[in-house]
Amino acid sequence: MWYYEKKLQYPVKVSECNPRLAKFLIEQYGGADGELAAALRYLNQRYSIPDKVIAVLNDIGTEELAHLEMIATMVYKLTKDASAEQMKEAGLGAHYADHDKALFFHNAAGAPFTATYFQAKGDPITDLYEDIAAEEKARATYQWIINMSDDPDLNDGLKFLREREIVHSMRFREAVEILKEERDKKVYF
Amino acid sequence: MFTQYKYWKPYISPLDPCPPMRVKSYNTPPQVYITFQPKGLDQYGTAREALYCGTLWPALFSPYPDPHKRGDQDE
Amino acid sequence: MSKQLPPEYYQLLEEIQAVDFVLVELNHYLNTHPDDYDAIEQFNNNVKRSKELKVQFEKKFGPLMGFGRSYSNYPWDWDDTPWPWQV
Repeated sequence: MWYYEKKLQYPVKVSECNPRLAKFLIEQYGGADGELAAALRYLNQRYSIPDKVIAVLNDIGTEELAHLEMIATMVYKLTKDASAEQMKEAGLGAHYADHDKALFFHNAAGAPFTATYFQAKGDPITDLYEDIAAEEKARATYQWIINMSDDPDLNDGLKFLREREIVHSMRFREAVEILKEERDKKVYF
Repeated sequence: MFTQYKYWKPYISPLDPCPPMRVKSYNTPPQVYITFQPKGLDQYGTAREALYCGTLWPALFSPYPDPHKRGDQDE
Repeated sequence: MSKQLPPEYYQLLEEIQAVDFVLVELNHYLNTHPDDYDAIEQFNNNVKRSKELKVQFEKKFGPLMGFGRSYSNYPWDWDDTPWPWQV
C-alpha cells in the first residue's frame, strides 16, 4: 500500500503564468517517456523481476509518482489563472475545448496516454535495459523542454528532475550488474 | 579535461536551407561511465545542497545546459 | 478564506524536503549496496532527524500524512488547504 504525504519532493516554483510552457511540459505528464509511464512501468515490472532487484524497481517507481505530482504542480501553476484567450494563443485551444484547465494524460501533441508506451517482457535483462533507456529518454526530454523555457524557477525544478533520471539510470545499471553476478569476480570488462 | 559534453561538426551542404549550426553537441552524463558506484564517494556538505543539486554525490551531478558553451548554438 | 502561510512554513518544509531527499538517495543506494555500514548509519540518523522535524512541522501546520500516519488535531484538519500543488 501507499501513504500520501502532504508535501512535494522538491520546492517547485513557477515565475509566471505561461500556458505555452504547460503545453510542452505535459509531455512529461502523459507522454511516452513521462513520469506516469515511468511509474507504471517499474511498479508493474517489479512482480516478475528477481528478488534481489525488486526494491530498486519498487522504490524508483514510487519516486516517479512524486515526480508526476511535481509536473502536475508545474502545469497547474502555469495555467491556473490563464484566460481562455491565453490558452488559445498558447496552442491549448483544443485542450481547453475538451478539458478547460483540467490536467489530462496526453503528450505535448495531444495524443492520449497509452499503456503501449512501456513494456514488460519478463526477461530481467531486457526489462532493465528498457528501464535504463527510459531514464535516458526522460533525461533528454527534460533537456529539450529546458532549451525552450525561459522561466528560471521552472527550469530549477526541471533540472532537479533531469538529475533524478541520471541517478535512477545509475541504479538500474547497478541492478544489471547484480543480476550478472560477475561483479566481484571481474571488476572491469 | 573531462567534460560531460562532446562536440561534432556536421557536414554542411551548400544546398542546406537554414544557416548552418557548425558545431553540435551531445551530453554524456556521469552514470554512463560508472559501472557500479563505489562505496564512500564524497557527498555534498548539507542535505539542502544535495536537494538543490538533485543528488547526494557530486560524482553523479550533471550540469545542464552545458556550463562551458552551448555547442549547438549558431556560431 | 484559507490562512496565509508564514515564511516559517516554507523554511521548515524545505528543511524536511532536504532531509527526506537524503533518505530517498540513500534508500536507492542501499538497495544496490546493502552492506554499506556507514550509509546505513547515515540513513538511520536521517530517519531520526526527519521524524523530529515532522513533529515540529505538524504542531504548527497540521498533519503531513494521511490514513493514520499522523495524529489529527480537533477539528479534523487533514483536509485543510493548502495542498502541495497550491502552496
